[in-house]
Amino acid sequence: MNTNAMPIPSLAQLNIGQTCHINTIELTGLLKRRILDLGLVPGTLVECVRRSPSGNPSAYHVRGTTIALRNEDADFIKVKL
Amino acid sequence: MLENRMKHLALLKNRFHIIASPQQFIVALAGNPNVGKSTIFNELTGLRQHTGNWPGKTVDNAQGTFHYFEQEFLLVDLPGTYSIMAHSVEEEIARDFICDAQPDATLIVIDASCLERNLNLALQIMNITSKVVVCVNLLDEAKRKGIEVDLKRLSKELGVPVVGTTARTGEGLDKLKETLFEVANNELLIIPRKVKLDQPPYDDLAKDEDKIVAALYQQAEQVSEHVVRKTETLKKSLEHRLDDLLTSRWFGYPTMLLLLCGIFWLTIVGANLPSEVLASTLFALQDRLTELFMKLGAPPWLHGLLVLGMYRSLAWVVAVMLPPMAIFFPLFTLLEDLGYLPRIAFNLDHAFKKCHSCGKQILTMCMGFGCNAAGVVACRIIDSPRERLIALITNSLVPCNGRFPTLIAISTIFIAGVFAPELSSVITAISITVIVLLGILLTFISAWVLSHTILKGEPSTNILELPPYRMPQFGAVIYRSIIDRTLFVLKRAVIMAAPAGAITWLLGYIIVGEYSLLQHLAELLQPLAYYLGLDGVILLAFILGLPANEIVIPIILMTYLSTGQITEVASLNELKDILLANGWTLLTAINTMLFCLLHWPCTTTLLSAYKETGSAKWTAVAFALPTMIGIILCSAIAFTARFLGLA
Repeated sequence: MNTNAMPIPSLAQLNIGQTCHINTIELTGLLKRRILDLGLVPGTLVECVRRSPSGNPSAYHVRGTTIALRNEDADFIKVKL
Repeated sequence: MLENRMKHLALLKNRFHIIASPQQFIVALAGNPNVGKSTIFNELTGLRQHTGNWPGKTVDNAQGTFHYFEQEFLLVDLPGTYSIMAHSVEEEIARDFICDAQPDATLIVIDASCLERNLNLALQIMNITSKVVVCVNLLDEAKRKGIEVDLKRLSKELGVPVVGTTARTGEGLDKLKETLFEVANNELLIIPRKVKLDQPPYDDLAKDEDKIVAALYQQAEQVSEHVVRKTETLKKSLEHRLDDLLTSRWFGYPTMLLLLCGIFWLTIVGANLPSEVLASTLFALQDRLTELFMKLGAPPWLHGLLVLGMYRSLAWVVAVMLPPMAIFFPLFTLLEDLGYLPRIAFNLDHAFKKCHSCGKQILTMCMGFGCNAAGVVACRIIDSPRERLIALITNSLVPCNGRFPTLIAISTIFIAGVFAPELSSVITAISITVIVLLGILLTFISAWVLSHTILKGEPSTNILELPPYRMPQFGAVIYRSIIDRTLFVLKRAVIMAAPAGAITWLLGYIIVGEYSLLQHLAELLQPLAYYLGLDGVILLAFILGLPANEIVIPIILMTYLSTGQITEVASLNELKDILLANGWTLLTAINTMLFCLLHWPCTTTLLSAYKETGSAKWTAVAFALPTMIGIILCSAIAFTARFLGLA
């Protein structure tokens, strides 16, 4: 098994204008429920559209809506680029 | 049949506190936030509505009635939610109402521009009830974005009646009423699309729910694929460019500051003339009233109590408060309706997170500019109880409309008047902005301190939706800001000002020994007040002003005037002369402004804090925190100024 494998990319690593598909959501509890309710389910196409002036949170385009997530939380949402 | 209906109505009354007549059809109004649900509600019910709370919950409940021919409907507005799986109080309310109240119809409002996300909720509701009407709203906005929805096909796919509307223009509302009537009257055969959940149920409820949501969205995607036609617009939308500016690294913060300062400047400039006209009219009326009392031979104490006490403080409050509020609130509501507030939350979230509090707190602070009591109630939007308490306790660190007139008057006289009289309104606007920024800075510091002492905890999460910018409806803005906000706050101020004016006058009228009670009290407070860089009268005015901050200046004036010769104050120049004659210095002015920003919240705010927290302890903290900051800051400034020989 290759232990030097690249870590799975997360939503937080997306550059502005970059798109990806959601792979897994490694969160629990209310936050996970909210994220799912907003349509961020595995397979969903997401585009990073902007960052706040301080660089955090970032805003994502999801199913025709714009959702802002803190980078700490977005880090737990793994994606396929 | 009728017996069942009566039982149903009894359940509605007992469980949901909803009083309906047997002839009414009951319609529940559901939908995501930001889909124009309240526009639909307002357009349908007009002025026949009232708001309260859901029983036992601190969530607003609005109800209203409308007619379709002879038939009356009772429309119950459910909280805006993304789901009804009962993860929050709002979702629980929405689900319980649809499940248990069994409305005659449930109207689901969805946004034509983001059908998928909205269909998630619609499909959930359709799984519970078949008496559903789907209303595809914001058709005009979708069209501008190049999105078209095939409503007939959508109706076929969902198996429920679908009506397209543009609520802001009223388009489609007649058809909507007709359809609601047909559904409530069981005239249509409805077989809603159910989401098949063929996976075996898991032991783990959370995993089970993951599957359900995934299945719901899969269906939503399928439906949406069949009914939405999108023509890609290559050009960067205006909205995108506006966001580029308003949330940009370089211009994001300066734009916020400029907008804040601009609103204050417009308020100050715009309020000048109407305030003067109102003051001269109302004070002229005072003279007529005095003549009338003389003619009728009323005793001097009665004239004093009613005219010099009650009427005069009322006149002051109306003349000074009404014009700025009638400008400030509409401007603010415009920004709110435009969709700017979520952008502010987006820009400032990081700073709040650093203080271990919630980014949505800025929205409650924005409400606080209007009225701190409203700001305290608005803290409901914060999910984490710890962060909600922080927002609630620190809310009165942003000055409310009742305090702006005091701040404006003093900074016009002592700061703008001294340094640059020709730029008066600009300087005043800048001073107010500085005061507000100080309040915001202190909010951050207090939040940090609270999070590391009595309200220890890590910042929870914050998910924000940035809804599209929408051109505000000017009629609705004016109506809402004038009726709901301006008149509401003014009414409260008037109710508080009249008795406070009478009490102040009485205290000034009753002579004990050589001086009036008012002067005795002021004398008593003088040592403490001196220490704060104020004087006894000012401190007394803040104490007597506990019911409403608006009456602080009138009480100060009345107390000064009860010994002086001047009997009415029609302009700022006269106000200036009175204050100077009573020994005001720049230090007095600055510390009065600071103390105005930093002292106990008014009784209404404290009552709201008590209602929201249900705790005397946290209400006491909300009282003590700003007071302590005010005492520390004012005494430090007074001490330093005196030490340096500046005052």
